[in-house]
Amino acid sequence: MSSAHDSTVTTEPEGPVALGPHSWESGERPDPLASRRGRVGAPVSRLDGPLKVRGKAPYAAEFPLDDMVYAALVFSTIAKGRIATLDTAAAEAAPGVVLVMTYRNAPRMRPMQLFGSSEKAGGGDTMPIMQDERVYWNGQPVALVLAETQEQADHAASLVGPTYQAEHAVTSFAEAKAAGTDTAEFQLPLHLEIGDAEGALSAAAVSVDVGFRTPPHNHNAIEPHASTVAWYGDELVVHDATQIVSHTAWTLAHILGIDESQVHVTSPFVGGGFGGKLVSQHQVLAAAAARIAGRPVRIAVSREGVYRLIGGRARTEQRVAIGAAEDGRFTALIHTGTHATTRNNLWPEPFVLATHSHYAAETFLLDVQMAYLDMVANGSMRAPGGAVGVHALECAVDELAVTLGMDPVELRIRNEPTTGPTDGRPFSSRHVVEAWRAGAERFGWAERNPVPGSVRDGEWLVGMGCAAASHPYVRFPGGAARITLSDDGSARVEVAAHDMGMGTETAQAQVVAERLGLEPDEVSFEYGDSALPGLVPAAGSQQSASIGAAVVSAQHALVGELLKLVGDDSPLAGLEADEIGTLDGGLAKLDEPERHESYASILSRAGRDELTVEASGPPPLEMMNWSMHSFGAMFCEVRVNEVTGEVRVSRFLGSIDCGRVLNAKTAASQIRGGIIMGLGLALMEETQFDERNGRILNASLAEYHVPVHLDVPQIDLIWNDIPDPYAPVGARGIGELGITGAGPAVANAIYNATGKRIRDLPITLDTLL
Amino acid sequence: MIPFTYARAGDAADAVRLGGATDAKYLGGGTNLVDLLRETIERPAALVDVTGLSSAIEERENGGLLIGAAARNTAVAEHRFVRTRYPVLSRAILAGGSAQIRNMATVGGNILQRTRCPYFYDADGFRCNKRNPGQGCDARDGFNRTHAILGASSACVAVHPSDMCVALAALDADVHLRGAAGTRTVPLTELHRLPGDHPEIETVLEPGELITTVELPAPPPKTRSLYRKVRDRASYAFALVSVAAVLGVEDGRVTDVRLALGGVAPKPWRARTAENALTGGPATTQAFRAAAEAELADAIPLRDNGFKVELAKRTITAVLGELAGGQA
Repeated sequence: MSSAHDSTVTTEPEGPVALGPHSWESGERPDPLASRRGRVGAPVSRLDGPLKVRGKAPYAAEFPLDDMVYAALVFSTIAKGRIATLDTAAAEAAPGVVLVMTYRNAPRMRPMQLFGSSEKAGGGDTMPIMQDERVYWNGQPVALVLAETQEQADHAASLVGPTYQAEHAVTSFAEAKAAGTDTAEFQLPLHLEIGDAEGALSAAAVSVDVGFRTPPHNHNAIEPHASTVAWYGDELVVHDATQIVSHTAWTLAHILGIDESQVHVTSPFVGGGFGGKLVSQHQVLAAAAARIAGRPVRIAVSREGVYRLIGGRARTEQRVAIGAAEDGRFTALIHTGTHATTRNNLWPEPFVLATHSHYAAETFLLDVQMAYLDMVANGSMRAPGGAVGVHALECAVDELAVTLGMDPVELRIRNEPTTGPTDGRPFSSRHVVEAWRAGAERFGWAERNPVPGSVRDGEWLVGMGCAAASHPYVRFPGGAARITLSDDGSARVEVAAHDMGMGTETAQAQVVAERLGLEPDEVSFEYGDSALPGLVPAAGSQQSASIGAAVVSAQHALVGELLKLVGDDSPLAGLEADEIGTLDGGLAKLDEPERHESYASILSRAGRDELTVEASGPPPLEMMNWSMHSFGAMFCEVRVNEVTGEVRVSRFLGSIDCGRVLNAKTAASQIRGGIIMGLGLALMEETQFDERNGRILNASLAEYHVPVHLDVPQIDLIWNDIPDPYAPVGARGIGELGITGAGPAVANAIYNATGKRIRDLPITLDTLL
Repeated sequence: MIPFTYARAGDAADAVRLGGATDAKYLGGGTNLVDLLRETIERPAALVDVTGLSSAIEERENGGLLIGAAARNTAVAEHRFVRTRYPVLSRAILAGGSAQIRNMATVGGNILQRTRCPYFYDADGFRCNKRNPGQGCDARDGFNRTHAILGASSACVAVHPSDMCVALAALDADVHLRGAAGTRTVPLTELHRLPGDHPEIETVLEPGELITTVELPAPPPKTRSLYRKVRDRASYAFALVSVAAVLGVEDGRVTDVRLALGGVAPKPWRARTAENALTGGPATTQAFRAAAEAELADAIPLRDNGFKVELAKRTITAVLGELAGGQA
């Protein structure tokens, strides 16, 4: 195990780096970088750090355009019905106002196409966008005001006072469930039966059967959603905060009825995405208003506006029942429940996903039902399904451990599967037991007193808990990369990828340098622009895999072209690509590294200034052939105040099995960020959805609580760094892994501290009095 | 935000003259008022900036302290005399807001800050009698986990959010006012009104009247003081329950006690019932708990905030126990 604090960089020569595989599903020839030390994994500080701390990194709402106007939105205050009156005269007469756009004067626009419904679609729902007087949710944009200053726009927006004819809206979860539910789908129906799980549960020697409720959660990235948009003739340029530049360009073109080639989206810096920064109505409305006004528009959605416009994580009610033999082996694993959603909405909350992969069991019953409400459409939010589903599963496993009188770590190891538990596929790489053992040792798990409520420090009861974390490996089709080699020997790699703060540019620059045999300062990694190659959503924790596979393919093309350029007098003359590796700023024969020629030499002898190649990664067949997941063993110590019920997380350790780590520093930050979100999920996050009118009440960071610094202890991380032979660079995703498992580790620690099982989130102090 | 005029007052007389205009509002650090302006909940025609008025913190010959209303919260909390003679005040201030907010917020503004009831804040989406008198209160049957259990009315269940005021209430602070009719002094505990049928009227201040100074009497001899705030996260959250206490104990008996509660009522809640029960009696956990029970006997919990009754009792008992324990 390596610690996140290790900062050793191995720099001894390892010989030429062979080219990566042409495909990823066989694993016969893993990515040579996967087992190579050197720059991969080095804790390199963010390349854009100095820019950001000096305030010089342009975010979407910071592009100053000549003649620009500012947008403000007016949101509906009913959940369903019609706009009865919409008097815009006062707003239009207010100082500085350039345009008041409503359904009456908005251009005709198509609804969004749902992400995944076609190659480049990026929408999250198919609601009409300001097309008529219908209202579908409390918070729907009903007017957009443009003015010369933001203050003038905000003021004028406050003068638009629509009135409504309300209709009965379903805003009660109970009413929605009573009206009937449908089985959720996430590529496939979220329903699985293996054997007779209910029967096995009834017959089990030991069992638990418990219910959990999790509230809705909203996105609170530090940068609220924003776009600066401008039309240049029939060309639309959008400086956006997005996780999907290419999809945003295509989707906007589709909505506006123009050609994809007419839309250019840039997104160089994004202040956090977490699944919330896809295409939503604000980009569309800004583009439409800019066209009518003939002026560039900046729309910086307010914090409240993010709650009104952007859906988050769905409310769930879950049941987890586990039947076990006396020795702890699972005979039945049942995970079912219902979540709230809207009609015309893409995103389910697939809370049973991880239950497919955590444990072996003789029988399974998994089922996700959806109940329909009139509210803002759910979005995808860091670890869809995983955040709340792993919570329920891992708390139930802890309850079973208590019932069995077994150590919860040992119970989990007892049920370690040898193949994918529900699909029988072999694991690409699974070292969960090692992660548990290493984590337990480092955390001091053996010191834990299993008797709840038995450790005290003054007013504080102290407890330890643990939980497993996991997230599936994903690589979307469509990844592509362009490599341009210059005659000075430097390389530029371009991918339509994203950096929402996780360090994409930094990690990829170091990987690419190692792959091409260059020094880091000889490599630039360009991203965040829809004009660049590839469909590379920063979503599903898949971006690094997508980029990695695309760059490997592009490198094959590059080496092919270079070999065509080398002359008969080159040391490389007559060699085939599979005999070649990269070394010292050029190519060399793998087993005779002294047969070497630099890129600069090859290009200059061929009389070329530069050489550009572009290629797509192969289809992601590795996902079909193997059970591929990132894993973690989470350990937590809490202190619960016996007088007030206040909970303080005093220690946390994540023991991570995610394949290779590309950058120990940025990876640690990303995993820690997920864990901190997990602390919030367990202890404080809750969207207060007022069922009387379907309105979100706590639409602000003052009232919607996320952890502050004082709520977060030092978070220790270790990882085994075992390469996955089927993943580019041997690395599986980590973006969403951290939040899964963190919440239940807290809840289980609270039980150990107090003897209280709180199954409804968040676990606020009043539940512990 | 609705357009308004802005003027900076040169002195208190100037401020009162400017503040006498129709729909004028005094502006301190703006940490609350500017939020309310943005939400169009406050719609003043004129802002009178009073941050240039006295921010002096002066020790009095009688052992008390005079604090200019424009003094920043941070300056008060860090003042040597406050830290040593009135630690409950220093701790209360430091428990509130964030460092940035405390650096901006003034003493006068802190006292006059408005409730954080989220139904009050959402002018577009919900009814509120404090915002729109007679409209109705959506908090009463809504999410009211953070709302009042003492002193509320059918018209309003919002709580006063200040930490500083809870300590000032326990310390018997006086508030000096200046208005068109001259100057007067009101005890802090009598400055805020209970909502009754008029939750929109929050204090006894006359229109245009200005807080100029807060005066603390000398701390009672042979006492210790403490502020304890219980909230939903470790920092940057309003109190669910807070307790400010000043306690003197001799020979196991309570010689002096001043107790105030935050987070439970529409105003800083001076707990006189508990004080009366304790004064002269034994300084024991049982007595502290009994006094807390007496104080909370009239509590009326709502749908979500019943826990505050027990939490307040426990916190009072623990704070008094900690103060007494140190002197036993």
